[in-house]
Amino acid sequence: MLKFIKHHMETIAGIEIYPIISFLIFFLFFLILTIYVIKVDKKTFKEMSNIPLDDNETDHE
Amino acid sequence: MLENNNKTGLQTFHYDNTIVRNFLIATTLFGVIGMTVGLLVAIQFVFPDANFGLQYTTFGRVRPLHTNAVIFAFVGNGIFAGVYYSLQRLCKTRMFSDLLSKIHFWGWQLIILSAAITLPLGFTSGKEYAELEWPIDIAIALIWVVFGINMFGTILKRRERHLYVAIWFYIATFVTVAMLHIVNSFELPIGFMKSYSWYAGVQDALVQWWYGHNAVAFFLTTPYLGLMYYFIPKASGRPIYSYRLSIIHFWALIFIYIWAGPHHLLYSALPDWAQALGVVFSVMLILPSWGGMLNGLLTLRGAWDKVREDAILKFMVVAITCYGMATFEGPMLSLKNVNAIGHFTDWIIGHVHIGGLGWNGFLTFAMLYYLIPRLYDTKLHSQKLANVHFWIGTLGIIFYAIPMYWAGFTQSLMWKQFNPDGTLVYSNFLETVTQIIPMYALRAFGGLLYLLGVFVMVFNLVKTAKSGSFKPNTEAQAAALTKGYKAPKTEHWHRRIFEWRPVSMLVWSLVLVAIGGIIEIVPTFLVQSNVPTISTVKPYTPLELNGRDIYVREGCYTCHSQMIRPFRSEVMRYDPANLEYSKAGEFVYDHPFQWGSKRTGPDLHRVGKKYPDSWHYYHMLQPTSMSPGSIMPPYPWLFEQDWDKEIIPKKIRAMQTLGVPYAEGFDLVAITEAEKQAKAITEGLKTDEIEVSSDKEIIALIAYLQRLGTDIKNIDEIAEKTKK
Repeated sequence: MLKFIKHHMETIAGIEIYPIISFLIFFLFFLILTIYVIKVDKKTFKEMSNIPLDDNETDHE
Repeated sequence: MLENNNKTGLQTFHYDNTIVRNFLIATTLFGVIGMTVGLLVAIQFVFPDANFGLQYTTFGRVRPLHTNAVIFAFVGNGIFAGVYYSLQRLCKTRMFSDLLSKIHFWGWQLIILSAAITLPLGFTSGKEYAELEWPIDIAIALIWVVFGINMFGTILKRRERHLYVAIWFYIATFVTVAMLHIVNSFELPIGFMKSYSWYAGVQDALVQWWYGHNAVAFFLTTPYLGLMYYFIPKASGRPIYSYRLSIIHFWALIFIYIWAGPHHLLYSALPDWAQALGVVFSVMLILPSWGGMLNGLLTLRGAWDKVREDAILKFMVVAITCYGMATFEGPMLSLKNVNAIGHFTDWIIGHVHIGGLGWNGFLTFAMLYYLIPRLYDTKLHSQKLANVHFWIGTLGIIFYAIPMYWAGFTQSLMWKQFNPDGTLVYSNFLETVTQIIPMYALRAFGGLLYLLGVFVMVFNLVKTAKSGSFKPNTEAQAAALTKGYKAPKTEHWHRRIFEWRPVSMLVWSLVLVAIGGIIEIVPTFLVQSNVPTISTVKPYTPLELNGRDIYVREGCYTCHSQMIRPFRSEVMRYDPANLEYSKAGEFVYDHPFQWGSKRTGPDLHRVGKKYPDSWHYYHMLQPTSMSPGSIMPPYPWLFEQDWDKEIIPKKIRAMQTLGVPYAEGFDLVAITEAEKQAKAITEGLKTDEIEVSSDKEIIALIAYLQRLGTDIKNIDEIAEKTKK
């Protein structure tokens, strides 16, 4: 089975560029993620972080 | 009420508490069992007789039982309890299907039961933390899928648009564990409870530690981080310190973790590029880990007065601190120079128990103390006892970890100590073992303390449960999400793509971890030169192959490595004649690889022909007869049981399928070949006045042990022959 994968991967032309592409994808992803978390409104985060505390239970003791 | 609800759009529903309680009981029960077995194996280090002279309770079989019980039964059930409790509340809905919950619960307990039966019986795949044989592997995959369907069904019918960060961690756990389990469990069955790993040698090692490391990451860490993000705010009554940090924590952690596996194989025969990759990512790992730790601890800022009073928060603080310690130590141990000292020693055992006892154990206890009173609608029976538990538990961790660090350093330094004339100071490995036996005794004492704490907890929780009455359901109200909701374009992409869409979260987490895995593993399969072949390395003879299976069955790898690292101290000790360290090409026929991860005994990679057959015979019968002071248990059953002849042709054919170059039709003559070799060994033993039937398992094991590393020992002879 692994030979099967191996053969196919070896025949892909220019496979060397794949790692570089994947590195770029990750790098950009984290860059954008960082910008996002810095930019997001504080109020939104406050709302989200309160979800666990937001109790909807109605049959309290 | 109903009228009101219609007006406000509120829906009334019930959280399922029964499934949470069941998993809580299971985690407690298996915590007690797993830790008791742990204590037993710890005692066996000091009193080898504590194996009771039975094959079923000997260290090599019981140690996997301990690790599997603690990881998959104690922590596993703890994960499910926490997930089933928090997921319902974070999604404001009951679990998707009560039936699936039940199947999940009972299925998982059956898997644990089958593990508890098969591991002592010696059914093992020989790969650490993945020892369970193929039928159980399939069952695990199926039950895991049931869990996944139930979780996603719940998430899809939620009444809260935003997916809280804890749920992200649960999703990542689900997808990654599924991927790891399936990839690592590729094996070729040759019987109901016997299989060979699909991979061999270096490749098997790489896949195994990619799995092993990420089992730590995605079974012991990410789900518990999810629980931390839920239960710390709950217990302290304040939101998480920084939600912003939690987003970065999540993505960075799952991205980086998946690459770090090769740090378990530094200085091994693994290609250098893979080792370097593992080191770099392991060092980077400290950033998200400590980000998460600080996020947890800082949540308690301004609430430290509560920590002084509340046992639950105390457990949490120590749990997170231990997480911080273990995740500092991890990257440090991944540096090659530190790893050269720590690897194969008790330092690693200390390290994992900081994580296991501190992080997983204490967070589970905190969760139990938090949930049981709530589920039983009462107050905790005794805060005082909970505090007592906290203190003996903490002392237990200290008494466990410090002796292990001490033992690790001592032994490693003794291994590397040279005389001025260049010979080893402690050339007898045994000296480095007897030196640290007091540390093993202290460690067992630490484990005992920790276990006593657990018994105090069990008493406290049972009393608590008895003082209240169990509520199978909790009523709650929330408005349904509007159907066909389209996020306005003004909303941020991260929320539209991930935080509101669980399926895309699943897919992207999988993409992230899969790319890491593929880049790490595929090249070893691709590039031939990664595993250079050595022409003198030949497949095992049928008898050796059988002996190897006995070696795997007895769990010899739990104490003996088969990996001589390229250090002067190691080649001097293990191969003084040729000074050869272990090469990747020597393992190409090893399904599974048996490099091991701990040296309680010496490395065995070049043990072949080091001693006469009679030495091995007496040594296996009574280790102290050959090595006075040895803590290796005797293996008398190998002298009573016959090696399995009938299955040999099947084994040969399986090996052929896996690419081992036995000649065609060799399976037909394999039994005769094996008998011939066994006869030769018994004849040899006769000259040493040992009378033994050639059918006994000990003969097959001797054949295997005497073969180890000999292929490369002959290199010079062969080279000389070809010259002539």
